[in-house]
Amino acid sequence: MSGIIGRKRGMTRIFEEDGTAVPVTVIEAGPCVVTQVKSDETDGYDAVQLGFERARRKSLTKPEAGHLKKARVPALRELREFRVDEPSAYEVGQEIRVDIFEPGEIVDVTGWSKGRGFQGVVKRHGHSGGSETHGSRSHRIPGSIGQSATPARVWKGRKLPGRMGNERVTLKRLTVVEVDSEKNIILIRGAVPGTANGLVLVRKLNVAGK
Amino acid sequence: MNEKVRAIEERHQRSADVPEFRIGDTVRVHVRIREGEKERTQAFEGTVLARQGNGPNETFTVRRVASGIGVERIFPVSSPNVQSIVVTRRGKARRAKLYYLRKRTGKSAKTKARDLR
Repeated sequence: MSGIIGRKRGMTRIFEEDGTAVPVTVIEAGPCVVTQVKSDETDGYDAVQLGFERARRKSLTKPEAGHLKKARVPALRELREFRVDEPSAYEVGQEIRVDIFEPGEIVDVTGWSKGRGFQGVVKRHGHSGGSETHGSRSHRIPGSIGQSATPARVWKGRKLPGRMGNERVTLKRLTVVEVDSEKNIILIRGAVPGTANGLVLVRKLNVAGK
Repeated sequence: MNEKVRAIEERHQRSADVPEFRIGDTVRVHVRIREGEKERTQAFEGTVLARQGNGPNETFTVRRVASGIGVERIFPVSSPNVQSIVVTRRGKARRAKLYYLRKRTGKSAKTKARDLR
């Protein structure tokens, strides 16, 4: 299996044998259930859909409930797809656990970043801002956003204030420090996007380029 | 803190072989140091000025005056490089952080012995 769905539980640090302190993120991942197998012939691409976390029937929409009922799996809150090379190796109802990973492995982790609300250009785009003193009144303003007669409009993609955060972020090439398949825990070296208890996807290193 | 994180911390923190020691105590800390390929143990003895943090993040500050120069080292309690901590003298402290000792010399830089009755 190429990935698993989990929740970020928080961070701590652990010590290696030689005394090096390792900052780790604790992720509770799986057990996930295969809810659908997609193949090139039927869907145009090869993938496995995984479900994570039991939910009450009434918290699902009717289409979601019908889809899960068809797969004969319990009501599940989160459904995500993972691309695989050989979809025929998986069947609906199969359980996926964190033991697909091993310590030392390199993985990609996707999360949804913390929402920062409406932010200015200094925080949102890393602009340096103007002078704070010497008569300057342009402390954190965005500055000029274009010319007058030509082009007489603002170019698309202009960096301006706006909503920041709460977007899908993938960190690549993170190291797995520890895997506990009994407790469904995986420790990743360093930080991972999102809030504590936020949804994360841990994926095997993307070798095939899919 | 999340209980899953708590469980990880409990597994990685050291508690069994760490003696009970307080701020103001004099301790001898045996530190494992690496010099190239060789490993040896070095002792560092001094007054505990502060303990900070909890779980595997807990650290403590030890101060000693070595040949007229004040030296402070901060050790993580759970680090495997800290091989052992030996309390050599119990000291009395009425503060949680004894940073005022830095400005003092001679007798006033010592903590009073703690009565262990």
